[in-house]
Amino acid sequence: MGKISRRKFLTSGIVATAGVSGLAVAAKLAKGYGLVPPDSGGIYGPGEILTYAAHRIFARHSLAREFPRSMISKVPFANAIPPLNEAFKRLQSGGFADWRLSVDGMVARPGSYSLADLRRFPVRNQITEVVCEEGWSYIAEWIGTPLFEVLKDAGVLPQARYLVYFSIDPDWWESIDMVDAQHPQTLLTWAMNDGDLPVAFGGPLRLRVPRQLGYKNVKFVTRLMVTDSPKGFVSALIPKHPNGGYAWYAGI
Amino acid sequence: MLVRVTHWITVISFVALLVTGVEILISHPRFYWGETGNSLNPPLFRIPIPSSRATVPTGYGYVLPDQNGWSRYLHFEAAWALVLTGFVYVISGLWTRHFRKNLFPAPADRTWRAFRGVIAKHLRLARPDEADFRSYNVLQRIAYLLVIFVLFPLVIWTGLALSPGFNAALPWVVNSLGGRQSARTLHFFISISLVLFLFVHVVMVALSGFVTRTREMIIDRAARQERTWAKSHAANS
Repeated sequence: MGKISRRKFLTSGIVATAGVSGLAVAAKLAKGYGLVPPDSGGIYGPGEILTYAAHRIFARHSLAREFPRSMISKVPFANAIPPLNEAFKRLQSGGFADWRLSVDGMVARPGSYSLADLRRFPVRNQITEVVCEEGWSYIAEWIGTPLFEVLKDAGVLPQARYLVYFSIDPDWWESIDMVDAQHPQTLLTWAMNDGDLPVAFGGPLRLRVPRQLGYKNVKFVTRLMVTDSPKGFVSALIPKHPNGGYAWYAGI
Repeated sequence: MLVRVTHWITVISFVALLVTGVEILISHPRFYWGETGNSLNPPLFRIPIPSSRATVPTGYGYVLPDQNGWSRYLHFEAAWALVLTGFVYVISGLWTRHFRKNLFPAPADRTWRAFRGVIAKHLRLARPDEADFRSYNVLQRIAYLLVIFVLFPLVIWTGLALSPGFNAALPWVVNSLGGRQSARTLHFFISISLVLFLFVHVVMVALSGFVTRTREMIIDRAARQERTWAKSHAANS
């Protein structure tokens, strides 16, 4: 009996030591390679780090599923939108001719683009699914300008790590890492299915991030800010934000 | 010891997953089949409860508070705990031959006759005999194997199929289930099956002595048996 318990003791000792030192090494590596999400503090931190790190290690460049045209939803669900403010209504009455998308922060050439400017970049279309964290979903064809084209035009500086994007609604923004910002399917969307992007779906400009849930797909986008830290703009930490209390990384 | 530690971590994770899963379900208590589905589509079925979203037609005149923020955080953290614990459990179970010794039906039990015998015993509501305290009977073994090797892998598979990031990496995981909404519906039913198992499991534990059995699962069963054995020998001598 003594022999067995000694072996058991040694085995569990080795397993525990390996586990603890493995975790310490992993934590250090994770920080260095950008595998720690900005909301990694608190009791849910370990879970968030595991999810985000796993996705960034194993699926950094994977593409969201695209569907055949026959699978486009006949009745897409727009979801509720916050009341449109005066600034939006003014632009809407002018047919969005004066809508501007400004780019600032860690870029070599800050500036702004009209919708017509955006249409001059190479156009991409994708038939992807909008997946809401609540459980529902729909498929649509999204047409727009890949975000990486605009970022390339503005000249992202090497120290940039995050992109914060703002809606015309002052309480609405989100942020993503540069992996998703530079991802080929991340789309500044201005058309949907057979026409312009309807207001209910985020028109005239919505950022589609098809590898993440619906709440990262901000509607009525007017500003992009490139930064090395999303401090103050991690939606999950701001209770006033419509998505307050939600995880920053929404690939799950 | 590993069996008992992993058992209780699984219990804690499962309860967390269940509570948060219900909270998440409340935000859209409708189910669909196929790839897509939303409030504008006819559901496969719906759960007749109020929702935490005003956009869901429930028939109730009120909307419950939104609990999805922390529920989603905890659901995935508990899922990680469950998956990692399950991994340790399965590896150690193979290593120590726990599955072969204690869970795969013993050769004598691998007959219809033995199987029928155990079922008949249960139907008669017979009191468990000595053998039942020493080892798992064939019905128990099959139930445990089903939970460990069928239901838990399925609930993890269907759960992963709901992650848009994961689906980008391994599309066949969701496609093989018939689409995202099918995966969600299956995730729901497999969870219900696990809850049913939990219910029967706890009832069985209660029938065979809740305090004793639970203590055995916390303190060592073998150690206790050794003590009883020593005590009876002391009484005999």
